[in-house]
Amino acid sequence: MTDERQERQREVPERGAPGVRLDVHHGDSAAPGVEGVEPKLRAQREAVFSLKEVTVRYGTKPAVRDITFDIGETEITALIGPSGCGKSTLIRCLNRMNDLIPGAAVGGRVLYHGHDLYAADVDPVEVRKRIGMVFQKPNPFPKSIYDNIAFGPRVLGMEGDMDEIVERALRHAVLWDEVKDRLKTNAFGMSGGQQQRLCIARALAVEPDVILMDEPCSALDPISTGKIEDLMLDLENEYSIVIVTHNMQQAARVSDKTAFFTVELDEDEKHRTGRVVEFDHTEKIFTNPSDPRTEAYVTGKVG
Amino acid sequence: MDASARAEAPGRPEISLRAARPRYGEKIIKGLLVLAAFVSVLTTTGIVLSLIEETIVFLGDVPVGDFLFGTEWAPLFNPPSFGVLPLVTGTLVVGAIAMLVATPLGLGAAIYLSEYARPGVRKTIKPILELLAGVPTIVFGYFALTFFTPEILQALFGNSIQIFNALSAGIIVGFLVIPTVASISEDAMSAVPQSLREGAFGLGGSKLQVTTRVVFPAALSGIVASLVLAMSRAVGETMVVMIAGGLQPQWGLNLGQSMETMTAFIANTGKGDIATGSIAYKTVFAVGMLLFLITLVMNLFSIRFVRKYRQVYE
Ligand SMILES: Nc1ncnc2c1ncn2[C@@H]1O[C@H](COP(=O)(O)OP(=O)(O)O)[C@@H](O)[C@H]1O
Ligand SMILES: [Mg+2]
Repeated sequence: MTDERQERQREVPERGAPGVRLDVHHGDSAAPGVEGVEPKLRAQREAVFSLKEVTVRYGTKPAVRDITFDIGETEITALIGPSGCGKSTLIRCLNRMNDLIPGAAVGGRVLYHGHDLYAADVDPVEVRKRIGMVFQKPNPFPKSIYDNIAFGPRVLGMEGDMDEIVERALRHAVLWDEVKDRLKTNAFGMSGGQQQRLCIARALAVEPDVILMDEPCSALDPISTGKIEDLMLDLENEYSIVIVTHNMQQAARVSDKTAFFTVELDEDEKHRTGRVVEFDHTEKIFTNPSDPRTEAYVTGKVG
Repeated sequence: MDASARAEAPGRPEISLRAARPRYGEKIIKGLLVLAAFVSVLTTTGIVLSLIEETIVFLGDVPVGDFLFGTEWAPLFNPPSFGVLPLVTGTLVVGAIAMLVATPLGLGAAIYLSEYARPGVRKTIKPILELLAGVPTIVFGYFALTFFTPEILQALFGNSIQIFNALSAGIIVGFLVIPTVASISEDAMSAVPQSLREGAFGLGGSKLQVTTRVVFPAALSGIVASLVLAMSRAVGETMVVMIAGGLQPQWGLNLGQSMETMTAFIANTGKGDIATGSIAYKTVFAVGMLLFLITLVMNLFSIRFVRKYRQVYE
């Protein structure tokens, strides 16, 4: 156990061949612990995002402070922690979505494949073409299913046959068979789970590099949730995925790495700021966390 | 524990589910609200009925075909002629010019305020815009006659513009209804959920694309409603057209010349003393009835349009 901790501090442990999944992701989160990590080493992944001392303020109050960790390519990274600890705030930094909030300001550096996302010459529209987002509440446009998918490709002026693009995206999101006969009907006629998968399909249609998901299942029933989790695991080989969830089983089932956030009262005890307590391999976070606060949270003692 | 056992439990105070005291207040309020609704319905019905009554009398004197399709309007001349078309075209021309002005400017203002302006700017500009709607229309009328026509239109187009003309009246009526378009459309666009904008931005949409392809269509029913209301106001506007448009019925589309609208005729004829039951008196009602029907048809049309294209977003 002490070995393991030292190793974690030295460097993020490497993993085995790409695509090899750990059992723990699919099964019981209380399954094999520390010893399980060793034989499953993977080649070191390149970082899609490197967060360096990221602080986000709304007005003058920091919502999250000094966040530093790397998000690996074609991995699923989960952000967990109690409500209000800044998970949404942080994930919205990754595609400059908080540009839309007046008064939101990002400090520190957010590197995307080594490029500073907040450099002066970066166009947020270009950023969002590459980094798609799925939101907590399904937000289809009040248009037909077809037009929802076609929106992104049309806006970006993508080449190719639109019918094919739409079909490919819907098949990708395992939604095609359910909706192929009613592509021209309004997306609001779909169930909540279907709407959310439509939003995922819509994000896939523009062929992004990364997909950000902010509590994508929190408004859905368990069956729809299961479908979306399966979908994430399917997509993982092609995309880097960052998911915010407050469902710890979900984090344990789908993610490779987990960042655990918490809120701290600042010195004058007036304002609460989110921080990352621990960032590590998911099975480590859930079976052998280094910080007692993480342990208390994942075992359900607090939060 | 089953129900009977529970009822028999000793010491339980008796339960009463009746109201502790009668709620008279609610009944009174409800009565007043019903009354308010009925007053407006009754007023409307009364107005329409009196219009219909006098119109029927009028049509007893003048054949309906002569009235609707005649192209000469001279009801007070001798011999009189009752072709209402010049008034109808005058009204529609002024309405059309007004909407050509108010639609782009009003929607532009609405889009700017809702999507582009910083919150502080919006909070300042919107009330100012709405204040414009409170300026008495007679002020607009004299502005058109004493400034806009001579200083702008005649300076630009010279002699082809008479001092009383349709163009000036139409443009200024357009300015008059800009706040109607801008304010209601801005409300409709601001009401589009932020989640839709975020969804569209998240797919790599630019500000303009998000505005025109998501926000605007989602707000379309409110936007159309604002245009219809503006059109109704423009068609019903009286003061500006009376003061700046002149009172010469024109059967033609010469925008530089004086023309008369239905409202201007009604106001102008009604202001002199005309004997109840005289032919002049009856024409006022007949023209009023026609104006009512035209705006009614416009409203019905746009309600259907809004139903058909409305996008429900929640
Ligand atoms: N648009 C905003 N304006 C001001 N404060 C905000 C805004 N969004 C979030 N916050 C604040 O930032 C903190 C973190 O919120 P959030 O990122 O939504 O947390 P989480 O997603 O973890 O529940 C909270 O204290 C919240 O009140
Ligand atoms: Mg959140």
